[in-house]
Amino acid sequence: MSPTFSELSAGQEIGSRTLEVSRTDLVKYAGASGDFNPIHWNEAFATGVELPGVIAHGMFTMGAVVQLVTDWAGDPAAVMDFQTRFTKPVVVTDTTGTADAGATIEVTGTIGKLDAEARTARVDLTVTAAGQKVLMKAQAVVRVS
Amino acid sequence: MTINPDLQGRSYPAAEVYDVGREKIREFARAVKATHPAHFDVDAATALGHPDLVAPPTFAIIIAQRADAQLIEDPEAGIDFTRVVHADQRFTHHRPIFAGDRLVAELHVDGVRAMGGGAMLTTRSEIFALDAAGGREQVTTTTSSILVRGEGQ
Repeated sequence: MSPTFSELSAGQEIGSRTLEVSRTDLVKYAGASGDFNPIHWNEAFATGVELPGVIAHGMFTMGAVVQLVTDWAGDPAAVMDFQTRFTKPVVVTDTTGTADAGATIEVTGTIGKLDAEARTARVDLTVTAAGQKVLMKAQAVVRVS
Repeated sequence: MTINPDLQGRSYPAAEVYDVGREKIREFARAVKATHPAHFDVDAATALGHPDLVAPPTFAIIIAQRADAQLIEDPEAGIDFTRVVHADQRFTHHRPIFAGDRLVAELHVDGVRAMGGGAMLTTRSEIFALDAAGGREQVTTTTSSILVRGEGQ
């Protein structure tokens, strides 16, 4: 069910989601994306370069949180522009072999701005992990019919 | 190791062609926990009017980071890959990326700025799809800033 432009208004919430992240997810993302920087999978290496631990790829977080927008839009091709700043790392603890998440990311989407001429909606995402905002200015511009 | 300030304004021409495969779109979509059928099921994608599977909105990072690697691995650039932190990222889609696309990326170094003992580098990849006639169509512009942390940063 795709949104209808005339029914949207700035400030409207499009939904929210909780994403559980494990070390396995980071290994999968490394393989799928080709980003094998060891800070995303090796604890000793990550702490050796003064990071608090293994951290998620910023691009994993960015890629995962936009699903809220594509599902709301009804077509992933409707996302015309998507940007973010990475402000805090998402530290993923090693919970291998257990059912526990290594990190939990919360995402909420709100209509930030509507462009009636272009028939686009800007969706602003609020993304937090461990109580801190991990993305800033996470904005997706979506074509709406 | 310090970043070479002369990188500013440098361009790296389109190198190898990236062939967008259906299984790669599916694999990347799973890796970002995407479930939309247009990433997985050709019939679902064509029902939405698309020629083939639609890549997720951040899929172009694969091509952009391959282009970035030319710069990061350039010994003249002076970048320590292990001290690189991603600061910001943007994708502007002129059209969606579909399975079957043959893509090339042109890399531009738009900014080099010293920050403490490190540096902030802003790069832009212009991604084009090649057609059978040898023409190219602009598909996606990606811009990214990376912070190369100095010692103690």
